[in-house]
Amino acid sequence: MTTSTNTVAAEGQPIAHSVDEIERQAATAGEGVREHDAVFQTVRRPFEVPLVTKIDARDVCVDYGTKRALHHVSIKLPEKAVTAFIGPSGCGKSTFLRCINRMNDTIENCVVSGEIDMEGEDLNDKSRDVVLLRARVGMVFQKPNPFPKSIFENVAYGPRIHGVARDKKHLGEIVEQSLQRAGLWKEVKDRLDEPGTGLSGGQQQRLCIARAIAVSPEVILMDEPCSALDPIATATVEALIQELRENYTIVIVTHSMAQAERVSQKTCYFHLGYLVEEGPTETIFNDPREERTRQYISGVFG
Amino acid sequence: MNTLIVVAVILLGLSFAYRWGVATSRKVASTTGAKMHSRYGYHGILVALWCAIPAAIVFVLYLVFEPMIAEAIMQSYLPRAVAADPALTADAMGRIRNIASGFGASGEIPAYQQAAANALSRVSNTAGLATIALAAAAGIIGAAMARARITPDLRARNFVEIAVRIMLIVCSAIAILTTLGIVLSVLSESIRFFTYVNVFDFLFGTTWNPRFSSTGSGGQGEFGLLPLLWGTIMITIIAMLIAVPIGLMSAIYLSEYAGSKFRFIAKPLLEVLAGIPTIVYGIFAIFTVGPVFYEIGKLIGLDIRAASAFTAGTVMGIMIIPFVSSLSDDIISQVPQAMRDGSYGLGATKSETIRRVILPAALPGIVGAFLLAVSRAVGETMIVVLAAGNSPVLTLNPFDAVSTVTVTIVNQLTGDSDFASPQSLVAFALGLTLFVLTLCLNVVAIYIVKRYREQYE
Repeated sequence: MTTSTNTVAAEGQPIAHSVDEIERQAATAGEGVREHDAVFQTVRRPFEVPLVTKIDARDVCVDYGTKRALHHVSIKLPEKAVTAFIGPSGCGKSTFLRCINRMNDTIENCVVSGEIDMEGEDLNDKSRDVVLLRARVGMVFQKPNPFPKSIFENVAYGPRIHGVARDKKHLGEIVEQSLQRAGLWKEVKDRLDEPGTGLSGGQQQRLCIARAIAVSPEVILMDEPCSALDPIATATVEALIQELRENYTIVIVTHSMAQAERVSQKTCYFHLGYLVEEGPTETIFNDPREERTRQYISGVFG
Repeated sequence: MNTLIVVAVILLGLSFAYRWGVATSRKVASTTGAKMHSRYGYHGILVALWCAIPAAIVFVLYLVFEPMIAEAIMQSYLPRAVAADPALTADAMGRIRNIASGFGASGEIPAYQQAAANALSRVSNTAGLATIALAAAAGIIGAAMARARITPDLRARNFVEIAVRIMLIVCSAIAILTTLGIVLSVLSESIRFFTYVNVFDFLFGTTWNPRFSSTGSGGQGEFGLLPLLWGTIMITIIAMLIAVPIGLMSAIYLSEYAGSKFRFIAKPLLEVLAGIPTIVYGIFAIFTVGPVFYEIGKLIGLDIRAASAFTAGTVMGIMIIPFVSSLSDDIISQVPQAMRDGSYGLGATKSETIRRVILPAALPGIVGAFLLAVSRAVGETMIVVLAAGNSPVLTLNPFDAVSTVTVTIVNQLTGDSDFASPQSLVAFALGLTLFVLTLCLNVVAIYIVKRYREQYE
């Protein structure tokens, strides 16, 4: 009991300015109030042609100790498409991303509630085997983080720990295929024994993508994958994302509005732990309904 | 000269000089009405410094020239027979000094020694008093001159800054020069030892039997280093076999598995182990561990000596655990979180991540930590003195008594021995061996650790 009151008290302050607005919206939308924390209603913009849903997150809240980082977020992530999460720093977009493969489990006193449904299974169920889940939902991080091993070993890491490869030859095939899909094969095929840390930043990030692909995930989560890269490397990675979309469900967190516009089909705008507006990327960028979305996209703050 | 009184006088004088400077500075400020470049305190310190430096120079000069003068005086009193033999001269001079200082000398005192001592004490008394007077005068003159220079424009603050810098340089120079001096003296004494014993006989000899020494007689023993070195190596290996797995595992647990609360309590507790004096470990080894091993050996039909390489190595291993654990813990914590995230993100379990990513990444650093631990084990003395059994023979059996380099140094230098004999001088050669050994280990370890640290920066 005490923790819940604390939470409300702690977060009441910073979001106060938006509550009026929210209530007005809630009233116009004609929907009831579920609980005092959930008065907030996400503005949802429809797709002309509805996309197939891969992951359906319902009412996800994240608490770090007594501080609530994410408030009742519900999102449907479309299959074989790119969904972009945008919003100012600390808005909860990365936190939500990390819920999808349960990376928040590795953080002490982080509690995730709600349901995250992937093809009928709740990912957030405590009895789930997170190790298997993470093989299905891969992740690429903000800073390229190749292991201090050879390029080959970096890509072979996932297949090895999951026992995917039948034999050495098969493992080699998986590594080659993954590197090819990540568009790195041509550049590194003659130096697979060299350390992955010796590659350039953009190559390292593509190596990390290859590493994630190697365990044939269904979903790839990317947490600001280009923020540590120069514009040319960024362009290469973006092109890669476009290609990967054919086979994988991709979720990307980005601080670059232009990048979100270029690579994604769906965009979700987060603000102060709330999902403010979501919908087709084109609609969100050309015709934002929410004032804060419009301001953020046009660079008034962020 | 009573040292306490001298110190008190010096402090009093300095504080007086400081007060004098401050007061003068205030007066200058109020009479001229100008803004002083430096605060009053800086003028005070400057005056005190100018008081201390000339006085210190006088004292240093006294310390440098006093032995020369004393020697000249004593020389003039020595009979021709004594003066002709350098060994006898040194002996006589030592006795004269002891008599003059009131310490006295054993045996009958020849008349010439008594006379020389009387002269020496007379001269050194006057010289001492003269030095004090001179130093005081120099201090007063210095302070007065510094005081006269106080003006609003005097950059006392900057001068004090320079003085602070010089003081720091002198302190670090003392630290470095002392180390250098120790090395040089060990080196020169070792060279002296090698005039008695062939270097190769020492390095590759398999028998350690130095015999006893007595002044004058050239009793030659056998000084083979190998039994001692092997004892050291064997005990070190046993210690590392115990310390490395336990230390490393506890480091992994503390840095990767333990909650922050447990870590908060456990880490300092583990480090308390490092604070236990080694002699206490030695007592523990000889009274508890040794007998227990002996009993266990009897039960399983093994002949385990209570004081053996095994006992000493085990206890030394326990001593080193916190060292290994704390260093490895630091190094494992330095592996970036991104590595862990990358591995977890691929669906690796915790132990897979540790085995396949964290440990390989931290390996160079951990190796460095191990080498530092080895160099500690090699140099450790008290535990082995008490628990290794002190038997300098080559043996492969860890349950036998052995001896180590450190133990032998202790043995060769304790008791009544002639410091000019090879039996004592060998301690320097052994010390040099140990020093070179640990120096190499440390250099390699520091190099590895350093290179590892750069990897993630």
